[in-house]
Formats: sequence, C-alpha cells, structure tokens
Amino acid sequence: MNKTKILLNGLIKENPTFVLLLGMCPTLGTTTSAMGGLGMGLSTLFVLICSNVVISMVKGIIPDKVRIPAFIVIIATFVTILQLCMQAYLPDLYATLGLFIPLIVVNCILLGRAEAFAAKHPPAESFFDGLGIGLGFTVALTLLGSVREFLGTGHIFGFAIYPEEYGSLIFILAPGAFIALGFLIAIIHTINKTR
Amino acid sequence: MLWSLTLITAVAGGLLGYTNQLTEAPIARAAKASREKAIQQVIPAYDNSPIDEQTNYTVHNEYGETVATIYPARKNGELAGAAVECSNNTGYGGEIRIIVGFEADGTIKDYRVVKHQETPGLGAKMDEWFRADKNNQSIIGKSPERNNFHVTKDSGDIDAITAATITSRAFLAAVRTAYAAYTESLKGGNHE
Repeated sequence: MNKTKILLNGLIKENPTFVLLLGMCPTLGTTTSAMGGLGMGLSTLFVLICSNVVISMVKGIIPDKVRIPAFIVIIATFVTILQLCMQAYLPDLYATLGLFIPLIVVNCILLGRAEAFAAKHPPAESFFDGLGIGLGFTVALTLLGSVREFLGTGHIFGFAIYPEEYGSLIFILAPGAFIALGFLIAIIHTINKTR
Repeated sequence: MLWSLTLITAVAGGLLGYTNQLTEAPIARAAKASREKAIQQVIPAYDNSPIDEQTNYTVHNEYGETVATIYPARKNGELAGAAVECSNNTGYGGEIRIIVGFEADGTIKDYRVVKHQETPGLGAKMDEWFRADKNNQSIIGKSPERNNFHVTKDSGDIDAITAATITSRAFLAAVRTAYAAYTESLKGGNHE
C-alpha cells in the first residue's frame, strides 16, 4: 500500500474521532480547551506510532492466543515512559494533562490499530498508519477543543475573541462536549458526502 | 506462548525500570522547582532560605485537623512574612491545596493554587478569580483579621466564583486555615 494513502486514510477517511468514533473518553474529557485537546492528541500520536511500530516488529513471535495481553503490555510501557518523561521535562503540560495520560492505555484506538493494522503490516507501513491516525485524532481533538473553548469562554488557545461573560458555560461541561461533537460529526459527514 | 509473553513483559519491565531511574532525579527537581517558584511568587522580599526553614503546624477547626507548612521569609534577620501551604478537602472535586503568602502583619500578598480537581471553566477559575480587582472578588491586600473571609452568600466579604460557590467556600476555608497556622507560628505555638 502507498504511504501517503495510508497517511490520508487515517487523517480523513478513517478519522478515529469523526468516522470510526473510537476513543470517545479522552475526546470528551480533555477538550475543554484547545490546548488540552492538542496536548492529548500529540501524546496519543507519540504512543500510537511507537506501539504500532513495535507491535509490527514483534508480531512474528507473539502467538495468537496471547496477542491482546502482549499488545496491552507494549502500549502500557510506552504510556508510562511518556508519563515519566513528561513529568520530568514538561511539568507544566503534565499539570494539565497528567490525569488523562494513563487513560491512553485503555484508548481503544491504540489496541484497535494494533489489531487491525500493525499485526498485519510491516513496520514502515505501521509507522505511517500510526502517524495518520494519530494526526487525525490530534486534529479532531484540537478542533473540538477550539469550538468548546470558543463557545464556552470566548477564547481560542487562551486568546480572547469576545468577553468571557457572553460565553455559555454548558460547552465547557460534559453535555456541551456531546453537543459540539455531534454537530462536528454531522458537518464532517456532510462535507465528505458532497465531495 | 509462555516464553514469548514472559520475554515481552521482561523487556517492558527492564525498559520501565531504566526510564524510572533516568527520570527520577529530574522529576524531583521539577517538583521542587515548581514549589520554590510558587513560594517565591507569593512572599515578600527575603534573603534567607524559606524551604530550609519550613515548619509544620497542625490547625484544628470545623474541618478537623489540617497540617499546614510554613515557609518563613526573613530580610536582614527580621521576619518579613511567610508562605503557608495547606489544603481543604471540601472542594467540589475533593482536595484543594494552596500556597498563600502573608506579609508580616498577616495581609495577603499573593496566592497560588498548587493542586485541585475542580471543574474546568468553573471552580478551576479560582487561580485568577480571587486576584482580580473587580467588585469584592480579590483577597489580595486583605487579611482574615480585618475582613470576613467567607463568601458574600454566607454574609462574608468575598464574592464567590460565579456558579462555583462550593469551590469558593473550600478555597476561603483553606485561606483561613493558612492564616490560623501563620498566627500560631508567630506565637511560637504547637511547633512540631
């Protein structure tokens, strides 16, 4: 398979958030601000690329029966490494995202891609699949975070667009996450259909 | 099947142990640096080392026992004020941990929220809310001795965060605890 095609497949055609509807927990939880969404997206991107490549490399030695525990161990290892490194070298980012980093382990996008792609393709292709899906997730989370932050507080990435008093609080809270996500999915699907 | 899973977990374990060893010191440094920065930002000018002179005080009040840590700031040997770190467990998301800086006479110079799990966009705004010079929001320049450190809804002097009264109550309770510990430290009381 062509590398650009794999990349675009993850980014648009099989966008994990808008099309596959995977990983909803971190999607709804971390997107109260654009920065939070971007940070979570990039963290997932890192783990996804690492786990995809490693799983694709070791797939030969893992018997079918124990592949799920083996995949989870590999994913959890990378998540913990990411968590420790972030805590050590990016303490400010860790303060905002810390709570959600361990949740990457149970993000079904990672296990899903390991099962559906990395276990069947060579490392190079798995790398591009991880990159594409990871970028798709990052773009989706940043977009959702921006929309919620804008409607809720009048800011985007912390820059004020309109005074905070006119923002509607519901978009910062959980119900607003569902509403905003629903509308975004509807818009993306309409665009995809008309193309 | 057995050996491949054992191999994978062994490699993963080794890798994690190595990373832990590598990051242990930087993590401790980062935690210490952020605490030092918070203390520096809230206390008056000093020439001693507040962290090395820290003492703990136990405050008894309606919330039970709270241990507060006092970081005294001295200038030319005279007490210029102190940073007090303490917590309150009645926030909307549980514990709220703050560092409050007092001048020598107990006036609040500044504060930082160290740890909390309040709702983003609501209670989480406490880091800016209580320093904004708007209506009766700000606690800076006030003192729990001269002002009533309760929310206006409870006939106090401080405006609660809009739609986050529970957070505001817990935050102000933590400030009162910090002040109690500070006055106790001035008297040289129950020193631990």
